Amino acid sequence: MSEEIIQIKDLKVHYPIRSGFWNRITDYVRAVDGVSFSINEGETYGLIGESGSGKSTTGKAIVGVEKATGGEILYKGVDITKASNRRKLNYNKDVQMIFQDSMSSLNPRKRIEDIIAEPIRNFENLTTDQERDRVQELLDIVGMPSDAIYKYPHEFSGGQRQRIGVARAVATNPKLIVADEPTSALDLSVQAQVLNFMKHIQQQYGIGYLFISHDLGVVKHMSENLAIMHRGRLVEIGSRDEIYKHPVHIYTKRLLSAIPQVDVDQREAHKKHREAVEKEFQENQSKWYDKDGRVYPLQKIAPNHFVALPADEAEAAKVREAKEKERS
Amino acid sequence: MEKQSDLLLDIQHLHTGYRLQGKFYDAADDVNLTLKRDEILAIVGESGCGKSTIAASIIGLYDHKNTKVTGDILYNELNLVGLNESLFNKIRGDKIGMIFQDPLASLNPLMRVGDQVAETLYYHTDMDEKQRHERVIELFNQVGMPRPEEMYRMYPHELSGGLRQRVVIAMAIACKPEIIIADEPTTALDVTIQAQILDLLEDIQRESHSGIILITHDLGVVAETADEVAVMYAGQIVEKADVKTVFSHPLHPYTRSLLNSMPQSDDEEQDLHVIQGTVPSLKNMPREGDRFAARIPWIPESEHEADPKVHEVEPGHWVRCTCWKNFHFQEEASGE
Repeated sequence: MSEEIIQIKDLKVHYPIRSGFWNRITDYVRAVDGVSFSINEGETYGLIGESGSGKSTTGKAIVGVEKATGGEILYKGVDITKASNRRKLNYNKDVQMIFQDSMSSLNPRKRIEDIIAEPIRNFENLTTDQERDRVQELLDIVGMPSDAIYKYPHEFSGGQRQRIGVARAVATNPKLIVADEPTSALDLSVQAQVLNFMKHIQQQYGIGYLFISHDLGVVKHMSENLAIMHRGRLVEIGSRDEIYKHPVHIYTKRLLSAIPQVDVDQREAHKKHREAVEKEFQENQSKWYDKDGRVYPLQKIAPNHFVALPADEAEAAKVREAKEKERS
Repeated sequence: MEKQSDLLLDIQHLHTGYRLQGKFYDAADDVNLTLKRDEILAIVGESGCGKSTIAASIIGLYDHKNTKVTGDILYNELNLVGLNESLFNKIRGDKIGMIFQDPLASLNPLMRVGDQVAETLYYHTDMDEKQRHERVIELFNQVGMPRPEEMYRMYPHELSGGLRQRVVIAMAIACKPEIIIADEPTTALDVTIQAQILDLLEDIQRESHSGIILITHDLGVVAETADEVAVMYAGQIVEKADVKTVFSHPLHPYTRSLLNSMPQSDDEEQDLHVIQGTVPSLKNMPREGDRFAARIPWIPESEHEADPKVHEVEPGHWVRCTCWKNFHFQEEASGE
């Protein structure tokens, strides 16, 4: 029903390590090492990983803040890793970003009006009155009072600032917003508020999100499809149900088992399960990672479910998966 | 009934106020808590609710000029409120261990981590250098650090976040304290590491029979580890019960709202529950009436007590104010 809005093909971001007398490049840090996935129009795509897994670098490369060293990012069928293509397609207007730390991503010396109007001024020619109306409208969307435009970022609480960040990202009517841990600095009740606003905006304007987070509970709430990242590569991608109900890769299982459960009665059982998974993870490294510790390429094991497995394992996993589904 | 000696810490009518523009404002307001041996007491609440203030009051780590602490914090008949610094230095680190949120900030970047743990032993025990070294290695083993001899000589920046937190824990338990205060010990860590650190805390407790005060905002962490739970809002404890009760039938509106706003439900299409309004700042905190009343305006004022007290609703289950009796969420029909 919906079309792909952006396609990421074998994206690589490598940082050179320089050493020795001549400061030559001796090796690379492979922050993102061959990542492929695609996001549909108006959907939320979750990207999960622990710190250092390369999830934020992936997000930055998509927005264009970080330069991709290899691979393609296709937007409307055109590779936008080249700056000239970005300009032609109006890519910088169509793809926006929400940052984790609202305090450092809003200019403390500017009033809210100027902060939100900045992207509008960059891309659209509006008169002062039109611009002010637009800012008011945006503030209204994220539930902020209209007198907020004359205030400065420090006058707001964390949740309100994050909502201003959302308003700024929405200002240019983007097609895709990369949200890098938008709620991880917020309290529970405030997080709920920001997530609700993000969902409402999505429904209203059909914006796609790339939702980057380490919080599996939040991603489960927000996204239809998701990818799990480890050591710069994807270990498992698929629909929400596939990943949360039938995880295959040991790393995914490990992540899922580590989420604290609110069910107090199941505490012991949950702990046992977690320990069993952790043991398997420690002992069977060679089965899930190749000899350099790299994650294998993704193999299809069900429609809308891909897992990083060695080629011979994939067939077996496919059968197991099918059986498991029959049973349930 | 437990024996008297099982009671480690008895906090009564604790008020901790900070000076803001010449006036003191209570960040912790009339807090009553007890900590027993072999117990993990979780203090939960959102930022600014005063949970870290309680921790700071217990171990006396506050600015004495601008902070006013009244009430009693009894540790073995000894009142920690207003204790002089030299006595406190003997207790801190020896009888009461502290684990902070950010391990990088609580370690000295210029000192080898092994020496930092040994420093605690230097102040609180009469071990010689060799014994101290051995004890540190033993501690590193206990907190599950690989290759302890090698780790001893590392600097904090060379370690990962999980290992750093293990060093901080080793430091906190070096003198086998009776009380361990863990202030958001896993907030800066990934979920898998978080699970390991929480398991470690439980293991330590099982061996040493100490009491742990776990301060956190993460309800999941509470459900996984705590025995007793105190929920705080705006400087006050609003509900206190054992962990099962808090999660299976919470009573106070704040606890119920908080549990409701967790993105855990299987119904992804539904909106998350939002608590109206914002947490009041220290200066603007309502000092009279129910402090949570402003966040649930659909509950008529007559439901609240004029001066909300904590009531024991059932044995061991304490709830502040009476508004929980007829509380309903705004979405629900009020006829219930």
